[in-house]
Amino acid sequence: METSENIRDHAQRSTAFNQDEQRVNWHDKTLWFIREKRDKAAWQIPEWEMLREQASQIKGNVLTNLQRYLLQFEHCMLENGIQVHWAATPEEHNSIVYDIIRKKDVKQIVKSKSMLTEECHLNEYLEAHGVDVVDTDLGERIVQLANEPPSHIVLPCIHWKKEEIGELFHKHLGTPKGNADPQFLTSAARAHLRQRFMTSRVAITGVNFAVAETGEIVVCTNEGNADLGVQLADVHIACMGIEKIIPQRKHLGIFLRLLARSATGQPITTYSSHFKKPRPGQEMHVVLVDNGRSERLKSDDFRNALKCIRCGACMNTCPVYRRSGGHSYHYAIAGPIGSILAPGLDMKKYADLPFASTLCGSCSNVCPVKIDIHDQLYKWRQVLVKNGHVHPGKSFGMKGMATILSNPKIFKWSGTLGRTLMKFLPFLISNRLNPWYKHREMPQPPPQSFSAWYRQNRKQDGK
Amino acid sequence: MRVALFVPCYIDQFYPQVAIATLGLLERLGVDVTYPVNQTCCGQPMANAGFEHTTKETNELFISNFHDSDFIVSPSGSCVLHVKHHLHSHTNEAVASNIRKKVFELTEFLTDVLQVKTIKSRFPYVVGLHQSCHGQRGLMLSQMSEIVGPAFSKTESLLNMVDGLKLVALDRKDECCGFGGTFCVTEEAVSVKMGFDRVLDHSSHGVEYITGNDMSCLMHLEGILRRQKSLIKVAHVAEILNATA
Repeated sequence: METSENIRDHAQRSTAFNQDEQRVNWHDKTLWFIREKRDKAAWQIPEWEMLREQASQIKGNVLTNLQRYLLQFEHCMLENGIQVHWAATPEEHNSIVYDIIRKKDVKQIVKSKSMLTEECHLNEYLEAHGVDVVDTDLGERIVQLANEPPSHIVLPCIHWKKEEIGELFHKHLGTPKGNADPQFLTSAARAHLRQRFMTSRVAITGVNFAVAETGEIVVCTNEGNADLGVQLADVHIACMGIEKIIPQRKHLGIFLRLLARSATGQPITTYSSHFKKPRPGQEMHVVLVDNGRSERLKSDDFRNALKCIRCGACMNTCPVYRRSGGHSYHYAIAGPIGSILAPGLDMKKYADLPFASTLCGSCSNVCPVKIDIHDQLYKWRQVLVKNGHVHPGKSFGMKGMATILSNPKIFKWSGTLGRTLMKFLPFLISNRLNPWYKHREMPQPPPQSFSAWYRQNRKQDGK
Repeated sequence: MRVALFVPCYIDQFYPQVAIATLGLLERLGVDVTYPVNQTCCGQPMANAGFEHTTKETNELFISNFHDSDFIVSPSGSCVLHVKHHLHSHTNEAVASNIRKKVFELTEFLTDVLQVKTIKSRFPYVVGLHQSCHGQRGLMLSQMSEIVGPAFSKTESLLNMVDGLKLVALDRKDECCGFGGTFCVTEEAVSVKMGFDRVLDHSSHGVEYITGNDMSCLMHLEGILRRQKSLIKVAHVAEILNATA
């Protein structure tokens, strides 16, 4: 939960997170448990890999024909009586949403989970304009009470232990001190939220899927909070990125099967709510946001990141995420997918994220839409270095190493091989300043290299 | 069949016994192996750090060393994967493309090309297999825990041919060890924690040796084991397959 201003990059933040090893163990095991649930759910579907391939191809088709689908979606929405808004930037998105609220003269609203509104920092914007926002997803409400961003896109407060939530509720909701019973705390949150549901005339939701052929949106929740908010409010505002499109309603059969299984190991979310038109007397607005997405569409290397359906499976499986916590990524979307999305928005600010990975590839393997996440991490590294977002010392070391390694005479015959490599591979330097040596012994240098051994023993075969 | 031995730079300098075992094993299996003596490095350390653009010369050098062999075999999944994915040439891309197709990780070569069915070796120890990510998920040396599909493991099949060897089942059979190239120093805290957790999985299952297809992962785990004064040792899979004691 460290968000101190002087701690900036992923390595520093994760070092702070690792100060409490027991907590890291707990965080790792909690998320691994969800990864295992995902595995069990996937293995119950013999055609799982085919589903992933189909979903990936459908999303590929959407990205190739996005303009056409968006116009079709808009046309259908207008026919259904939905008011449609287009926003190029987060600022435009926020001001569109605020304008709708202001016209209704409303000061309190409810919002169900939406990563897009996190991306746009809508809560901060509305609060600065005197609108009180209550996040109605339980996990989101917890981090909102704690004045923190979510640490995970599906499990926003996964970094909180139940005892800590008990303390937080004691402070904010007046629950008895020391009560950390999940059932009790959930009931307390329910009572607290119910009062807000009953009085809020505007409800904001996110969008999981936007069906181009029908002009309807689909919102997946486990708590029914999106439905309750929308059904009780006079105005429904749904906020979505332009990549949330699927062509036809029948494609939901693929995506709904993949989403919850990948996210939490459930066969399906408790609620898959379809919103197609405002009920009589209600207003329904859909705000479509670009925020760098159309720019991303132009890139062959990075376009596929827009296939993401925000299931969070790449976070649960990521051995680095599990041991560094979501806040170490300092972006609304953490983990591997966040690390390939964030640099597209601000290369300088998020230059550290593509390096916060061992490129193990587990993220790409769990991804239900088969985004080549770890390959994109590799490609982002190349882009970042070429654009100068790298420590000059590292640049010098790498270029020096490249020179040595491209010259076999220096590398092999100078007789200083060990020292040569040690000079340029930082983890081979044996001293206390070397991060390798903090918790690891150095490799023991052998009496002779393999090439020296080969010259002695097999040189007649060599070239 | 002319087979060229590709020895990763850090194996050449720090783990020569792994290259010697690879050479010995291939020779015992009747393969005609040469070692192009001008080889240095595949360029992966630079490329994974974002400096792929500095690897043009190491690429050309690699091509000049290895272009005329039928197969290139290396005791490293990670270096082989790098060559397979990233070896290019400005002067002769056709040759580079050909090399990308004929470079093999050792256990992959033994399984798919030589189709080895028996190995005369003895290693009477309890062994845990560390699945290195690039070999496993990149070269698909074994079934991956994330993917729904039939079970297989080229490395395990070979280890199971070894007399006296007892392979244990781990809690997390293919979790990354946290080495990750420069990651091991730039993200020291997470790297070490990942290493601790891998070591614990092996030690809690009573292993005497941790083996694997990549010495880089094993170097990281060995560094932790030795600091912890653990009795567990590491051995590259080539050393075990070539063990005749």
